Order: sequence, then structure tokens, then C-alpha cells
Amino acid sequence: MTPIQTLGFRTLMLVAHLGRLGIFVGRLARASVLPPSRMRRFVDEVFDIGVLSLPIVCLSGATVGAVLGFQSYVALARFGAEGSVGAVVGIALIREFGPVLTALLVTGRAGSAMAAEIASMVQTGQLDGLRMMSIDPMHFVVMPKAWGMLFAMPLLSALFIVFAIAGGYGVSVTLLGLDPGTYISSLETAVDFHDDVMQSLTKALVFGVLMASISTYRGYTSEPTSAGVSAATTGTVVVASVAVLLFDYALTTLWGV
Amino acid sequence: MQPSPARDLVVGLFVLAGLAALAYLSIQVGGMSYTGPGGLRLYATFEEVGGLRPRSPIAIAGVKVGQVAAIDLDPELRARVALDVDPKLRLPVDSSARIMTSGLLGDQFVALEPGAEEEVLTNGSEIDFTESAISLEGLIGKFVNPAGLDEKKPAEPE
Repeated sequence: MTPIQTLGFRTLMLVAHLGRLGIFVGRLARASVLPPSRMRRFVDEVFDIGVLSLPIVCLSGATVGAVLGFQSYVALARFGAEGSVGAVVGIALIREFGPVLTALLVTGRAGSAMAAEIASMVQTGQLDGLRMMSIDPMHFVVMPKAWGMLFAMPLLSALFIVFAIAGGYGVSVTLLGLDPGTYISSLETAVDFHDDVMQSLTKALVFGVLMASISTYRGYTSEPTSAGVSAATTGTVVVASVAVLLFDYALTTLWGV
Repeated sequence: MQPSPARDLVVGLFVLAGLAALAYLSIQVGGMSYTGPGGLRLYATFEEVGGLRPRSPIAIAGVKVGQVAAIDLDPELRARVALDVDPKLRLPVDSSARIMTSGLLGDQFVALEPGAEEEVLTNGSEIDFTESAISLEGLIGKFVNPAGLDEKKPAEPE
């Protein structure tokens, strides 16, 4: 195959995958409105994705906030503008780091696990077993996982940001001796509900949709082999992370300001 | 998986913690407390707002009491500034608004100075007494070039 043919083939494969993903999401949406609601399974998934991700999300949040506080303090102190550390930390965290880093962490921790679980169910014929009992695996397996992910993302992102603000406070106030009131008031003055908090929330929700659909799609359409399970896991982490970063840029520019 | 009360409790706590974090970001950090329903919206017209922007702070005696909601041009081509202030505030009708700068090159903010009347400003009312922003560039220009000479002077006849 010539390189141009390879390029053409890759492009067609990409388009085919996007189309299949679209059909998959459509089927998922249709399954979501059909009874029963599978509330029990949904709560279990929120536990797996949300609660079990809490330690890593909170710890990463606190460290990222601390580093951000430290670095912006060092940079701003050159201009005698240490008072703006709170504003820099708050805006950067709420607009970007909160949703993006949470999405990457949750993709690595929960998205990959989700894809691997579904892929191994494909491999061991468990989805076919469900189908034989005339239970739609889309409804029983995929839907609670996807909604659990979508539901947990904004909450995890908000917790990440709060822990990061606390981390920034810890470093800039306790360690570097910035005035606590300056940090908090600069943060609260700079951050706006519509421009920043809504942007953060929108990003977290969009990333949640991307991660939920990509991880379940990769698991659901995996080859029924051991290699298929590993390919689904790797593919989920790579594709979901890249998609999150691309959509982050697109959302940021579309949002303006 | 069987129903498990302990797990349900933990999920419930997680949801509550997440919602509390969202609420903290929206209301405390995002400054929604000034804009919600029942907020006090005042208007003031200035000749010049300088670097004032939406969500610049509003202060009385240096204490933050609200933020600028919007800046528009009125029919007479002056800047009409909408101010969202703390609804608990009882400002006399003859209060005045002034655009000030925090520090020499700091951000600009609206300083309110309470008047002496008994009557108080209600939602949607206008602050009549205003003082515009001092343009630092203009001051420097006057200082550097006191005679008012500028680049655009007509070419001297030869």
C-alpha cells in the first residue's frame, strides 16, 4: 500500500468508527428512556466510579493546587503582584485544571476499568448470555456505567477544584506567608459564576459524555479475545484522553473571553 | 449485586460532598450571592468608566458589597453601569458613586459613598451623583505636555 492509500484507509476507518460510535450512543440514549431504570446498578456504578476515585482526585487536586500556588507566587512576586495568586490559581483551576485533570484521572482509573470489564464480558460470552435471557446488555450493563460516569464527573471535578484551592491556600498562605484575606478575596473577585463556574461545569459534563461513550463503546465492540480486552483498555485511555484535550481547546475558544 | 445500606450511605455522602463543592464554587467563589433573585440592582451613569469591567468590585469604605453587572452606552453616549449590590444594604437616595483605582495601577472599582437622606434606594433606581474615572494616561499626557501641544498640530508654513 502506498502511503496515500494508507492515509485513505485510516481516514475511512476513522469515519467508520465515528459512525459506529454515533449509532452506539443513539442506542444507549434509547435504552436510557426505556424502563426499568436500573437505579440499583446506577448507584453501584456511582460508587465504583465516583467514590472509589475520590482519594486520587482529592490528593491530585491538593498537589496541583499547591504547585500552582507556589509557581504563580514565584512568578508574580517578581512584579510585586503576589496578591493575585488567588486569582491565578482560581481561574486556572476552575476553567481548565479542574475539569481536564479530573477527566484524565477518571479516564485512567475508571474508564479503563469500565472498558476492560465490558470487554471481558464480551470475551467470556456473558453479554450473549444476557441476550439469551432476553436482557438487553446495552440496558443492563452499558447504561448504568455510562450514566454513572456522566453523573460522577461534575461532582469529582468540583471536589478537585475545592481541594486544589485549599492546596494553593496551604502553600501560599501557610508556607510563603501571603495574607489569607488577600488570597481568598482575590480568588472571589476574579472568579465569575457565568464565565468561569458555568464553563467548568459545562466542560465536566461534556468530558463525562465523551469518556462514558468512548469507554463503553471500546469495551462493547472489542474482539472476543484476550488481546481484545487489552486493546479496548489501551484504546479507551488513549482516545478518551485525546478527545478530552481536543474538546477542551474547542470549548475554551468557543466560550470566548 | 445486593442492596447494601453502607454502600448507599457512602454514595449519598459523595453526592452531598460534590454538590456542596459545586455550591461553594457557584455561590461563594462565583459571586452568585449578589445576583440571585431578590438582589439589589442599581444604575449609575458616568462620563468615563476607564478600565471598569463587568464584575469589577463595588465597595463602601473599602468593604466589598457587590459587583458591576453590565456596562452599556446610553442614548446620550454616556456609560450606563448596572450595579448588583448586597440586598441587605440600605443606601440613602443621595448616595454617590465614584470610579476609583486600587493602588496606582490597580484594577478599577466603584466606590459608593452613602448620603444623608432618610429615603433609601430601591431595586432598579438610579444613583444621581457620580464621579468618573480618572484617566491616568490623560494626567500623564497633561504633565508631559502641559501646553496641550500634540502630534496633530498643523504643519508650519515654510
